[in-house]
Amino acid sequence: MGVQREHWPLMSAADVGDARRAVHATARACGFRTADAVRLATAASELARNALVHGGGGRMTLSQIDDGRGIRLEFRDDGPGIDDIERALVDGFSSAGGLGHGLGGARRLVHDFEIESRAAGGTRVVVTRWRR
Amino acid sequence: MTRRIPILEIDGALLVTVQVDLDDHLAVQLEEDLGDALARSGARGIVIDISGLELVDTFLSRILAQIASMSRVLGAESVLVGMRPAVAMTLVELGMTLDGVATALDIDRGLGILRTRLERST
Repeated sequence: MGVQREHWPLMSAADVGDARRAVHATARACGFRTADAVRLATAASELARNALVHGGGGRMTLSQIDDGRGIRLEFRDDGPGIDDIERALVDGFSSAGGLGHGLGGARRLVHDFEIESRAAGGTRVVVTRWRR
Repeated sequence: MTRRIPILEIDGALLVTVQVDLDDHLAVQLEEDLGDALARSGARGIVIDISGLELVDTFLSRILAQIASMSRVLGAESVLVGMRPAVAMTLVELGMTLDGVATALDIDRGLGILRTRLERST
């Protein structure tokens, strides 16, 4: 048994809070260092908020992989998608009046970052962080 | 029912101790409540203790910076205290440096900074 999965809805600010707390608790339970659990939970908070604010709501799947040596988070929404992903990843870019550190910042806080967005709608972001 | 973070008034300063995770709504509510409390009480300083916070992301750090600016505009000083080292590291990695926000290690030092600043300005 190498994988454990949990699904978290992202339909409100309170859901975003619940999701990031679950990520933090799981990372600590898997033996992540304090700062690494905070890094992953903070990345989760940014990505969960993006799914809520830009995607009109979505969900997060939290998976422990390789018997808890790593945690993978998948964020999905059915929003309008991101036109220019490269631009969205640059600090300072924001479509919602924020400071634009969210997406690019989240990428720096994880080991692996994948993003796909379709013109037809929907964004999927998958991030992984490994225990050190 | 609206959830709220309690604001205490001690010696002419407002003290906020955050002991729960601050989601976006709660953070915005705190900013509004602090503005109202400043106007109502005439307090000249705010100390916000975030030692209970497991994480501060870009949204919350923007709200914290706005609280600092707002209190300045309302003629008060504010100090953010108790940020955990892991939170500070992560914020810097996110590119958020909380420019314009006075910070201190704990409440005692935060109150000390307030006192010094308020003495200087009177």
